[in-house]
Amino acid sequence: MLLLVLQEESEYTTADRVKEKMVDRATRTTLASIPLLRTKAGPRDKDAWVVRLKEEYQTLIKYVQNNKEADNDWFRLESNKEGTRWFGKCWHIHELLKYEFDVEFDIPVTYPATSPEIKLPELDGKTAKMYRGGRICLTDHFKPLWARNEPKFGIAHAMALGLGPWLAVEIPDLIEKGVVTYTQKTDS
Amino acid sequence: MSVAELQKKVKELEEELRRVKHGGAAPREKITEMSGEVVDTNPYSRLMALKRMGIVSDYEKIRTHTVAVVGVGGVGSVTAEMLTRCGIGKLLLFDYDKVELANMNRLFFQPHQAGLSKVEAAAATLESINPDVTFETHNYNVTTVDNFDHFMSRIQNGSLTGGSVDLVLSCVDNFEARMAVNRACNELSQTWFESGVSENAVSGHIQFLIPGETACFDCAPPLIVASQIDERTLKREGVCAASLPTTMGIVAGMLVQNVLKFLLNFGTVSYYLGYNALSDFFPTMIVRPNPQCEDSWCKKRQEEYQAKLAAQPPKEKEVIVEEEEVVHEDNDWGISLVDEDEPAPPPGTTSVVSGLAEGITVAYDRPAPTANTGAEEVGADDATSLDDLMAQMKAL
Repeated sequence: MLLLVLQEESEYTTADRVKEKMVDRATRTTLASIPLLRTKAGPRDKDAWVVRLKEEYQTLIKYVQNNKEADNDWFRLESNKEGTRWFGKCWHIHELLKYEFDVEFDIPVTYPATSPEIKLPELDGKTAKMYRGGRICLTDHFKPLWARNEPKFGIAHAMALGLGPWLAVEIPDLIEKGVVTYTQKTDS
Repeated sequence: MSVAELQKKVKELEEELRRVKHGGAAPREKITEMSGEVVDTNPYSRLMALKRMGIVSDYEKIRTHTVAVVGVGGVGSVTAEMLTRCGIGKLLLFDYDKVELANMNRLFFQPHQAGLSKVEAAAATLESINPDVTFETHNYNVTTVDNFDHFMSRIQNGSLTGGSVDLVLSCVDNFEARMAVNRACNELSQTWFESGVSENAVSGHIQFLIPGETACFDCAPPLIVASQIDERTLKREGVCAASLPTTMGIVAGMLVQNVLKFLLNFGTVSYYLGYNALSDFFPTMIVRPNPQCEDSWCKKRQEEYQAKLAAQPPKEKEVIVEEEEVVHEDNDWGISLVDEDEPAPPPGTTSVVSGLAEGITVAYDRPAPTANTGAEEVGADDATSLDDLMAQMKAL
């Protein structure tokens, strides 16, 4: 059993197991290889935030490297100098074609008590699995999982547990419905 | 036509133009003093009658009060309208969203307002309903670093007299924004109300929060009204949230009723009032603060409150109703923190919320602060600078 809620095996209950089944096996394997963060600090915490931000970058770098090694590279992110605004690209391969989307989010003042709200602005209004402004609609399991694991979870975990599964479920559906169509994008 | 006739005609046309411009009726003049005179033209006569009936001792006092409404959606817009019609002194409205046709299943906004910012559209409508109210609008997201300080400064200095507002009402639709309001109110020691409607639209709640004295929003996992619907069977395919004008109107009504009781000092203010639409069940209770709250400002406020209590001379027994009687008859809920399908929460979790009233539960359990953290962590003393890390990330 992988450490999802960072508790010992004996402390798991059936309810936990049921909830964890909602997170698929592949995601769990991925999750276990993303380092955990140490510092509980938000963007209003000045010096402590700089420490936290370094940890965020370290975990993200590790996560992207893991993805590359597993031949499952699926996003790039960067932030403003303060680390409060993040932006980049994410992509999904469907029938050998690469569908790429802009991704962005702000770090809320209450981070890491609350997770960032990941946005895919291009898809705003195209799917019901979104709140206004292109914020992806996470499952019921994401927030409890985040709450149980903050402040050890960071942006990399939000990507792995939030955006990753969302893309895997929603993009094939949107392609099938013809809402998302393939456009040739040149690598920059 | 004579000059007099022409002048009369001009006047008529001017009047007609004024009516058309303001959607049928001309806005009324401002009223400097609330009167209890019972005439058709007095918009306050039925409110001032509350005094004659002995419910409220000083209704006019409402004009001295300022309330901030955060989130002007299904609950917030109706809340703002009720307060406007009650003649509140000043309203501050915060929302970053625009009116959409998808909002039309709720009250207040109208199709012709689609595309306008919610705060702007709301202020325009409300001003025409009651020009005596002062409005201040802010079209931004309160959870971001850029806006949060300004948001706090308006809570602190936004009242009619430039002081802090009397109440903040959280009418937002997401956890992040609630936590941001909670943080601001804890820091400012600002009394506030939280409100919410469940994503399946069949339950809702309001909560009264006095920093240090009652539980803050971060003291426990979110309290929710058990809906007797198994979350695992709740169909979420293809949608994020459902909403009903009924549930939202009821929650707004519960909210403003308690706001009025607080501001005008009548009746008893509920600390937590839930609403279960499926069985018309309204649980109430009080939640005490968690001494181990994750919010350091909450803990500070708790210390202040305890010091204040200790400094008070021992009066005759304080009448604090620990847990109000739940108003329901014959309710075989069997719903508590633990039900038969859901085994007990893991031993490592805190159950800070003891004594939850029947029909109220927590959204999820949190691990205890001592939970095992034996997993791999990022290198603590990584000497790489932030700039280098940023560059590394970019180079990937």
